[in-house]
Amino acid sequence: MDGTITGGTTTREALLRLWEEKHGMLGSNDPERVSQLRHGAMEVFRTMGFPHIKLEKWRNTDLSRMLGNVFTFPFEARIENVDLDEVFKCDVPGFNTFMVAQYNGRYIERGNQLNEASKGVIVCSLADAFIKHADLIEAHFGRYADTANNSLTALNTAFARDGVFIYVPDNVVVSEIIQIVNIINSADTVFLQPRNLVIAGRNSSLKLVQCDDSIDDHPGFINAVTEVYAGENAVIDHYKLQNKNDRSALVNTMYFQLEAGSSLSTNAISLNGGLIRNETNVKLNGRGSHADVLGVYLMDRNQHVDNQVFIDHAMPDCTSNELFKGILDDHASGVFNGHILVRQDAQRTNAYQNNKNILISDKAVIDTKPFLEIYADDVKCSHGATVGQLDSEAMFYLRSRGISHDNARMLLMYAFAAEIVNKISIPQLRLRIDDLVKKRLRGELSVCDQCVLHCNAREQRVAFEIDMSKI
Amino acid sequence: MDKDPNNILEEVTQGEYKYGFYTDIEMDTAPKGLTEDTIRFISAKKNEPEWLLQFRLDAYHKWLGMTEPAWAHLHHPPIDYQNIIYYAAPKRKKELASLDEVDPELIATFNKLGISLEEQKRLSGVAVDAVIDSVSVKTTFSETLEKQGIIFCSFSEAVQKVPDLVKQYLGSVVPSEDNYFAALNSAVFSDGSFCYIPKGVRCPIELSTYFRINAANTGQFERTLIIGDENSYVSYMEGCTAPMRDENQLHAAIVEIIALKEAEVKYSTVQNWYPGNKKGEGGIYNFVTKRGICKGNNSKISWTQVETGSAITWKYPSVVLMGDNSVGEFYSVAVTNNYQQADTGSKMIHLGKNTRSTIVSKGISAGHSSNSYRGLVKMTKRAENSRNFSQCDSLLLGDKCGAHTFPYIKTENKTSIVEHEATTSKISDDQLFYCNQRGISTESAIGLIVNGYAREVLKQLPMEFAVEAQKLLSISLEGSVG
Repeated sequence: MDGTITGGTTTREALLRLWEEKHGMLGSNDPERVSQLRHGAMEVFRTMGFPHIKLEKWRNTDLSRMLGNVFTFPFEARIENVDLDEVFKCDVPGFNTFMVAQYNGRYIERGNQLNEASKGVIVCSLADAFIKHADLIEAHFGRYADTANNSLTALNTAFARDGVFIYVPDNVVVSEIIQIVNIINSADTVFLQPRNLVIAGRNSSLKLVQCDDSIDDHPGFINAVTEVYAGENAVIDHYKLQNKNDRSALVNTMYFQLEAGSSLSTNAISLNGGLIRNETNVKLNGRGSHADVLGVYLMDRNQHVDNQVFIDHAMPDCTSNELFKGILDDHASGVFNGHILVRQDAQRTNAYQNNKNILISDKAVIDTKPFLEIYADDVKCSHGATVGQLDSEAMFYLRSRGISHDNARMLLMYAFAAEIVNKISIPQLRLRIDDLVKKRLRGELSVCDQCVLHCNAREQRVAFEIDMSKI
Repeated sequence: MDKDPNNILEEVTQGEYKYGFYTDIEMDTAPKGLTEDTIRFISAKKNEPEWLLQFRLDAYHKWLGMTEPAWAHLHHPPIDYQNIIYYAAPKRKKELASLDEVDPELIATFNKLGISLEEQKRLSGVAVDAVIDSVSVKTTFSETLEKQGIIFCSFSEAVQKVPDLVKQYLGSVVPSEDNYFAALNSAVFSDGSFCYIPKGVRCPIELSTYFRINAANTGQFERTLIIGDENSYVSYMEGCTAPMRDENQLHAAIVEIIALKEAEVKYSTVQNWYPGNKKGEGGIYNFVTKRGICKGNNSKISWTQVETGSAITWKYPSVVLMGDNSVGEFYSVAVTNNYQQADTGSKMIHLGKNTRSTIVSKGISAGHSSNSYRGLVKMTKRAENSRNFSQCDSLLLGDKCGAHTFPYIKTENKTSIVEHEATTSKISDDQLFYCNQRGISTESAIGLIVNGYAREVLKQLPMEFAVEAQKLLSISLEGSVG
């Protein structure tokens, strides 16, 4: 592919210049391997540039408009004139989490301590981890992310400096829910590259909620990469909550590595955002591991959402289950690209993949590609994709019982999304997201006046006109 | 006692290619390689009008500017386009008036293929156009068809007889710049079949073309053009074979179908090009562009294919549903064995209102082969209330083969419904056990299951072809059928 057809040439050049200036500072605490990785990754980005629509994986998501902005690349968090407590105030009733704050891509030390800290659980900034936990960095950092083929991951790796580092030792169950809140609040158009690393030891358990929010309607570009390692029999429950403004772009790339017997449930909930791309890569690297990859997206206006899921069945006896559901209104566009790879030795694999979409308007567009690549014979794989509208018979049923058209429509959409929402295993979070989905469907959830967790405006009452309990 | 099921699977999947003979016929060939001169040579040989030569040259220049596509899930050594003979024809002295004048060697060839023109003519009432290497050698039943106004002849003949029709429709469905292989074909196509069904005529017999690559080092580039005028119906069949050779041979064909208002065209293929030997040496590279357009309202195009041959198959029979209420169908069974590779599927482009399409694709992979389904369903903004259902299943026989599915779905309006389903599985021990305990041997059970698996598609084939397709399945998976 021609390397010159790149979107955002200026941004690319700005990044290359920035690299020349800063790479000494960036790599100051690098172990030898990481230093090499960083330089190698930069070379990959230098050759490949930003992804463009001529690439198969990017044919339906065009970054060039977003990359056309003139960005600043903050290296220090400026937190003057900001009341951090107010910004990070969580308004979910009964939802007590251990909150980790990232403000404009920088980890904010808030002095709080996790209950299990005494058992060796570490939650700190990645920059700190490079200094204090070099052995863990050496063992895990950059081992799961695909820096060779993914230019955005390569770029992130080259500039990896700050982000969240979580380590759960073997046999520890973290009772609190760890919540990473990532807030962008800047007068400048920022280009941020947070890098997170999560390590869950053998037989450990971890619940993680990642929230991406905007505080204003300023444009921005986030290129986030998270590596998650699940040791043998570890259980990880992961949620992504995305409520960004219409002018921001978020590329969120996750790399999960699952060892034998471990189990992952990851759920991407995209409520708002100008351009959201979730890349979820799961490698089932040990016998008997299991992954649930779920997602729901509710998009309108000119929003664009792109879910890329790659599940690599590398070992026998693993199971995976994928379900993504989306409702698209106005001019919104959606992309789903699911890829299940069953390697030759991965016998007795069960893999399911499903993508269901509802288009509400004639201007909305959906591209879906559920893709199977299978090299083993003793497998059960199936995939499905549907695109349609609300069931006219169900609609008639509701209408015939005196429910207004708008309400009936709302109910059906809600029911459609509820299949995913009901799978959330943290009760308070489920209730909260349930509310958010209802609000979103009623058009009452906008970024500025109703952020997920940090809004200053008063809570609006969420209720359907009809009593749901009677239906 | 039954044999070990694993061995049976191996035996089942190791049949021999029965059509691998070579016929020694005097050939008239163009020199190797592709230049403008080659194209002028072909065009002059066929005594073509100036516009057609121009069409070829345009395509050639477009081709020069294109690169070979690399996106398919296929691996093959690069093709040397200068090492191919682009024109090879059985030498003939004069126009043939009846079958008796056809070279006896040729007759023997077709007898071996099981498509004795004589017999077909008398018994089955199927009109056959046989294309050997690049040139159509004989079309049977033309006279009978002429009475109805149906034109069914070789492409070169059509260029001479009905140049206006050819000029109007040639390249209207598959433009020469459509893709690399389409451009190549448009530049060098040597012959093929042409078929025109006039208004309101229901073609009384099945039309059939038989393609055979015979000479060494040749590529076959045929072009088929089928036009169904208003309210007409035709069922068209195509079969292909080639001799066994160690080197790979290229086949790049184009099929264009135009269905006008309320016309129905049914196109069936049994593709049995030489698939290469068990080590994956030799065999045909089959890069084919097939596309139909439902131009008028209420028209219908149906593709049915049984793919057992070719070392490489690259083929996506498509339907552009332009007229309102038009219907597109695609039924496919693709069997790959040894080192065969198939990347095949269908495209359904919905442009008109209330259009419907169905895709049923069944892949069977054995040995070291790789079998991919690649399809596109596109609902454009105007295609209100349109409907698609796709099902693509894969059956794996053996643990060294691959089965892949790449379905693309794009929807741009809110009233259309698209459904896609796919499964991948092997013949389960439960199924075999069930058959065994009812006294069916493992071998017959596999045959039964494979047959049942492909039945949905096989039943779409015209009777004459269904029999052949069943035979082919049994060759490809020896012993499994009947």
